[in-house]
Amino acid sequence: MNATSVETRSVIVEREIAHPPEKIWRALTQPHLIEAWLMKSDFKPVIGHRFDFRTEWGAIDCRVVAVEPNRTLTYTWAARGLESIVTWTLTPSAAGTHLRMEQSGFRPDQEQAYQGAKAGWRRFFNQLDQSLAQAD
Amino acid sequence: MPPSHDMLFKTLADPTRRGIFERLCREGEQTVGALTAWAGVSQPAVSKHLGVLKQTGLVLDRHEGRQTHYSAKLDALAPLTDWTSQMAGFWQSRFDDLEDLLKRMDQ
Repeated sequence: MNATSVETRSVIVEREIAHPPEKIWRALTQPHLIEAWLMKSDFKPVIGHRFDFRTEWGAIDCRVVAVEPNRTLTYTWAARGLESIVTWTLTPSAAGTHLRMEQSGFRPDQEQAYQGAKAGWRRFFNQLDQSLAQAD
Repeated sequence: MPPSHDMLFKTLADPTRRGIFERLCREGEQTVGALTAWAGVSQPAVSKHLGVLKQTGLVLDRHEGRQTHYSAKLDALAPLTDWTSQMAGFWQSRFDDLEDLLKRMDQ
């Protein structure tokens, strides 16, 4: 094991949005609005509340970690053994709102677990791995 | 430009084409003749599959005399194995849908 095996990785998406934070907050926290842009869920903006996002390929288990109305929202995000944390940050800006999403906590071994399961490609990648091992 | 997921999946969805690619992964560089003998389909069919694999960046060809040798280019699979870039793509498209929703919403 080396140092990189315990490192985590994150995904950050940021955008200037021409709407006020209050309005974006509603879209991030009201289930009927969340469903319109993300996924169907039983979300409640209450710390500790457990909810899931439902997709055609299964559920993403989540738990609310932090709620600061119109400013930040954090929830855990666990899908197929891959655990991560999603943090939304809303900052008022000249254009409206600077919206930032950070999903963090992926470990390389979780990434592999997720990739292996994804879309039924496990077998193919296993075969490929074996092929590569044999090729060495 | 790296190939899109759609292109990679489409290219590898064909069992014969995937078989050729896997064989190149397993055996290393091969000539069209050797691949044809193994694949059990005609040489033009194998050449066509190799052409598609080459377009997607999954194989490289090398000409030597009258023979063309093909080898697998495994880094072409990187888009499928890079979880962070996949997730970034997922969130970018969610942001697009969020902006569409905000336009439809009342203040």
